[in-house]
Amino acid sequence: MKRFLPPLIPFVAITLALEFAVRSGLVAGYLVPAPSAVFRALLDSRDELAAAMAKTSAAALIGFALSTLAGITIAVLLSSSRAIQRAFYPYAVFFQTVPVIAIAPLLVIWFGYGMKTVIAAAFIVSIFPVIANTLTGLLSTDPALRDLFRLYGASPGVTLVKLRFPAALPQILTGLRVASGLAVIGAIVGEFIGGSGLGSVVDVARTQQRVDKVFAAVLLASVLGLGLFGLINVVSAVTLRHWHASEQQ
Amino acid sequence: MRLERVRRVFDNHLVVIEGMDLSVDAGEFLAVLGPSGCGKSTLLRMIAGLSAPDGGSIVTNPSQVQTAFVFQDAHLLPWRNTLDNTALPLELMGIGRDQRYHQARAVLAQVGLAEAETRYPTQLSGGMRMRVSLARALVTEPRLLLMDEPFAALDEITRFHLEVQLRELWQRRGMTVIFVTHSISEAAFLANRAVVLARRGGKIRLDRCIDLPPQRTNDLRSDERLGHEMKLLMGAMEEE
Repeated sequence: MKRFLPPLIPFVAITLALEFAVRSGLVAGYLVPAPSAVFRALLDSRDELAAAMAKTSAAALIGFALSTLAGITIAVLLSSSRAIQRAFYPYAVFFQTVPVIAIAPLLVIWFGYGMKTVIAAAFIVSIFPVIANTLTGLLSTDPALRDLFRLYGASPGVTLVKLRFPAALPQILTGLRVASGLAVIGAIVGEFIGGSGLGSVVDVARTQQRVDKVFAAVLLASVLGLGLFGLINVVSAVTLRHWHASEQQ
Repeated sequence: MRLERVRRVFDNHLVVIEGMDLSVDAGEFLAVLGPSGCGKSTLLRMIAGLSAPDGGSIVTNPSQVQTAFVFQDAHLLPWRNTLDNTALPLELMGIGRDQRYHQARAVLAQVGLAEAETRYPTQLSGGMRMRVSLARALVTEPRLLLMDEPFAALDEITRFHLEVQLRELWQRRGMTVIFVTHSISEAAFLANRAVVLARRGGKIRLDRCIDLPPQRTNDLRSDERLGHEMKLLMGAMEEE
């Protein structure tokens, strides 16, 4: 309870304040809906929202899983030699600077309307933090420990598995935390352009002036992001609890 | 082991060691003293094979090829417990789980950490971590143990205990130890022979056999013979 109470207090306070502000006319309900209206929209459109949530969740999860696998693999390759890093890392940075909303139409052309485009958008948005953080972690291995592994004849593969990767785990998990939220954002953006799911619900509700439904969909997207973030936190707690300061407080 | 006209130059063209000649007999406990930046650690890394000399040669007795290294800090793998940290070198050498745990437990008992095998490095004191590091080095039964200021970061009492323990382990195992240190008292207490390096170029300013009894306990620390040895070493250091 001690863990959940601090964030719960501002949530309840803001919800009550917003409800009061809308009901008393301080804030126009067509701009910002009352929390009770959002709750009603959640109930009234529960089947539609649940189906949309399932689609967005699947796309975000698949995109996130792909960016995790590809991001870690790319970081391992980049860390294997300075020359490879110099040759390819700038392109990874360039990839990051391209706004997904600008290339989303291209994704539709390449993958068509539907799940593939949404997964691609989630993947593109979330891969860079995984690459950057994993690379930093892999390059930060204690030189004395690398010497120790060399002294006992460990191969590069063994050194990667038994030393560099576990040592990089805290940074990798930091990258995954950032990427988990970005994967949801990428999926929603992808759905705006080329798919169904919560992004599509937001887009349609916007054209219908249903601000309450837009907020309901946004709320569900946030819950999805929090869920993924929580999942990474559980992995972090399990893997780092014995040895890393971040999990020992 | 013999070093002949060894030369080492860093990437910034700084000549760290120039024409060093040094021979170390099997079973000797050699302390290497000198000011910061004189090339003590570089020398140790070359002997370990972690960096190559730019000139000259290092000839090692084939029976002494099994080398272990103890760093200035314990440098344990924080995600492994004491037993797994100690067994790491054997694991890297491809020794089976049962045998490496058996050997690791035996050496942990020798350094007085039998009760701490399931603890993680964050659950150990600085002295205990250093003893795990020592156990990790000894688990392969090395013929040559290289130590780079291993006790520098410890408090004095812990250091005294570890010095006595190291000396006992050396006597029991008969291995060769090359011990780099800044501490004159540590060098005189531990070693059978001490060399003092000059500030530049790794020149040997003093090469002296330490004239103290083989059994060294904490009582020796107040002995005037130790004081005499320290004085001689300090004289060579001060000439710098």
